[in-house]
Amino acid sequence: MLNIAATDASARKIHPLPGGLHLPDNKHQSSVRPIMQAALPKRLIIPLRQHAGNPAEPLVKAGDPVLKGQKIAQGEGLISAPLHAPSSGVVSAIQSLPAPHPSGLSEPCVVIETDGEERWAELPAPMDYRQANPAAILERVRAAGVVGLGGAAFPASVKLSPRPGDGLHTLIINGAECEPYITCDDLLMRERAAKVLAGIDIIRTLLQVEKTIIGIEDNKIEAIAAMRTARDLAGYEAMEIVVIPTRYPSGGEKQLIYILTGEEIPSGGIPAQIGMVCHNVGTAAAVADAVLEGKPLISRLITITGEGVAEPRNLEALMGSPVADLIAQAGGYTPKANKLILGGPMMGYTLFSDEIPIAKATNCILAASTAEAPDPGPALACIRCGRCAEACPMSLLPQQLYWHSRAKALGKACDYNLFDCIECGCCSHVCPSHIPLVQYFRFAKSEHRREEAEKRKAELAKRRHDARQERLERLEREKKEAMRKKQEAMKAKKTAAGGDAGDAKQAAIAAAAKRAAAKKAERATQGEAPKNTQGLSAAQQRQIDEAEARRAQARKTAHSEDRARPAAATESPPQD
Amino acid sequence: MNTPPIKASPHAHAGNSIGRSMGLVMLALVPATLFGLYSFGWPAINLFAVTLFSVVLVEAWCLKIAGKPIQPGLMDGSALLTGWILALSLPPWAPWWIGVIGAVIAILLAKQIFGGLGQNLFNPAMAARVALLISFPLEMTLFLEPRPLFSDAGPGFLEGLFITFGHGFEADAVSSASILGHVRTELGQGVALSEATAGQYDFWSLAAGSVTGSLGETSAILLLLGGLFLLYKRVITWYIPVAMMGTLALLATVFHLIQPEQSPGPLYHLVSGATLLGAFFIATDPVTSPVSVRGQLIFGAGCGALIYIIRSWAGYPEGVAFAILLMNACTPLIDHYVRPRIYGRDRKGRPLSYDDSGEKPA
Repeated sequence: MLNIAATDASARKIHPLPGGLHLPDNKHQSSVRPIMQAALPKRLIIPLRQHAGNPAEPLVKAGDPVLKGQKIAQGEGLISAPLHAPSSGVVSAIQSLPAPHPSGLSEPCVVIETDGEERWAELPAPMDYRQANPAAILERVRAAGVVGLGGAAFPASVKLSPRPGDGLHTLIINGAECEPYITCDDLLMRERAAKVLAGIDIIRTLLQVEKTIIGIEDNKIEAIAAMRTARDLAGYEAMEIVVIPTRYPSGGEKQLIYILTGEEIPSGGIPAQIGMVCHNVGTAAAVADAVLEGKPLISRLITITGEGVAEPRNLEALMGSPVADLIAQAGGYTPKANKLILGGPMMGYTLFSDEIPIAKATNCILAASTAEAPDPGPALACIRCGRCAEACPMSLLPQQLYWHSRAKALGKACDYNLFDCIECGCCSHVCPSHIPLVQYFRFAKSEHRREEAEKRKAELAKRRHDARQERLERLEREKKEAMRKKQEAMKAKKTAAGGDAGDAKQAAIAAAAKRAAAKKAERATQGEAPKNTQGLSAAQQRQIDEAEARRAQARKTAHSEDRARPAAATESPPQD
Repeated sequence: MNTPPIKASPHAHAGNSIGRSMGLVMLALVPATLFGLYSFGWPAINLFAVTLFSVVLVEAWCLKIAGKPIQPGLMDGSALLTGWILALSLPPWAPWWIGVIGAVIAILLAKQIFGGLGQNLFNPAMAARVALLISFPLEMTLFLEPRPLFSDAGPGFLEGLFITFGHGFEADAVSSASILGHVRTELGQGVALSEATAGQYDFWSLAAGSVTGSLGETSAILLLLGGLFLLYKRVITWYIPVAMMGTLALLATVFHLIQPEQSPGPLYHLVSGATLLGAFFIATDPVTSPVSVRGQLIFGAGCGALIYIIRSWAGYPEGVAFAILLMNACTPLIDHYVRPRIYGRDRKGRPLSYDDSGEKPA
């Protein structure tokens, strides 16, 4: 191991991680067997969200025949990726099914019943990336649905389009694969080093970087040797292959960049801020497939391992293959199988069913025995031992974060930089009290995000309310102002008309009264009945007569009871 | 396949536990303890047993009252370790009730009232020792020269019971001052150091432990071995012990060079009294010491300086317990102000910024 490190005579200084853990790597179980092509499953379940960003929009409907590599869903928006049929067959449904996600909740999926013929759709022609227009290469990568295969599944094309002013100078290739048990990147580098390097060459051509550094942990001796041989064969002398010490989590983007360059990504920032871009070796291979062969991302290497499977190994599996199918091809379950974990033992999540399909970001299925993933038992009191702080690769104080998260004092947790936590799990791993620290931090983060969202909502509502209030007040003011102006105008008019105004009004009223009286008199002389009492039926006439009689009666009584009552009251109709 | 238990990542665990850590500390104390029990005979064994029994009883009672599960609380071993360290710091022939009262102070007043394991501000064993020293100065300062088990000078089993549970022992007949007390008294009377330590101070007897002192503090070599074992097992880190002993030795050297006849040298301070027990087993108590590395260095240095100050100029000949308690009180402050620099942030906690050249500003 030492001489391997020594043969790379590059003067690159390794910057040891603060914190981190030396874990039993448990990689030999699956790395002893070569990559095997997984058998074609009868049914493929393609979740529409397999990448960071917006879910893809399906382009097919139930009953449609599809060809292998045919686009079946398109990316929505900038941060999204299209999906392709991993094999030929018929779309049987587009429905919500349990998806590979920590929540275990269902997501919309395209279900394809495979026909076993593996008929390819027409693929775009291979490109000569050295001659082609960079925009065309980018478009090819985007259209092939390539996303980061290291875990985050961030659309690769976004990270491949340098923005003006970024000043990118270094491409970091992540071949660290620090998480125990997982060996898919290891096997990829061992068996397909040339393809990986071709992909890296495409990426560095696109980004126009001066330096390319490939970081590989020193427990992958064969991969390092294979990569060096392939590099020398292809004549990529400028690519530096750097062997780094095996220490979890050296494969984290922030950690790897620090180890290789000593530079730190500013908190809350991205590597481009310090002129760097980081891609995984798997992503590089997918880029090579897309550009050099026109193949979309429809399959990936996945490690099936743990004491719970009979023959731990790496499979080249189609996206959407159910976990159960892949386990069967790794020799099936052993009696020791106790827990299914998607991903590794440090950051993976528990699966509740093996019906769930794999997606672009799935790198490992760990069928763990009780010994491999023990039940932690009840959490005890924190004894402030500080092991967590010692292990934290971000130099956070998990203990303080834990107190504040537990007390839901989210502001204080943020003061201790809760959001710098990368959730690597080192703190929980070493906690002698078995406190699920990372889980507390995840909770606190989501709780804080929720609170922030609510705060924003409340602020928006308040702003709207204030605006409305202001508008109403303004209208009121304007109305009053208008009234005042009108009154003033009238006053002015009045003054202009002199003292006649009052007399004129009186005269007008008198004239109106006179007109009314004349009309009434005229009606009386003609004996004309009011118009609405014409043509009444006998029954109606009787009703009116009765009412009139009652009214007369009431009037009489009222007069006799209280003569002083105002006339208006006596005029009112009887209440019965 | 069974239904998997619901649990979030990480799924693997290092396999350590509170009980394991406490157990290793006790294991590291076994040689020094056995030596102390052998040196001071049956009364010491009785006192040790009484103290340990009492702490377990008090802890169980407190847990019961607090409505916490008793068995896991006792099984973590923290109470037993507290009692163990307390017993080691007591005068070996102290009467039984010193052990019992010490247990009550340590567990009830210094630990459980604060909320139990992990919540106490002060080291329970040291709080009890100081409270006992202030409350019962006579019983707590009656030291004697080693009277090994099964030797002619040592009391038999029955006599031992009598000393611990009966009316005690003829103090004037057997008692003797510890080296710290003796030198302090002599120096206080203006006697020169060389004269005061003549026939009293012998580095190798202090190191081996054939001297007057507390039950488990006499053998420097065995305590040092225990401490190294803990370092090897990564139960403790070197920051506190080294900072503490380094500061103490540095101060002692400086003052010894300035006034050789009034100030004893560094080795004297390192091997006498509770220095080693304190540095490796008490100051390193995770609950009452700071979390960050720099904080631990400050804490250790503070302990060392206070020990020297108390031993040289304060009213007591020995200052380890006081020093540790005083620094315990500073721990929250240290933890608040001394935080590590976080990845991607500067010392003040602001995100790193880079100037146009992409270089980190100095």
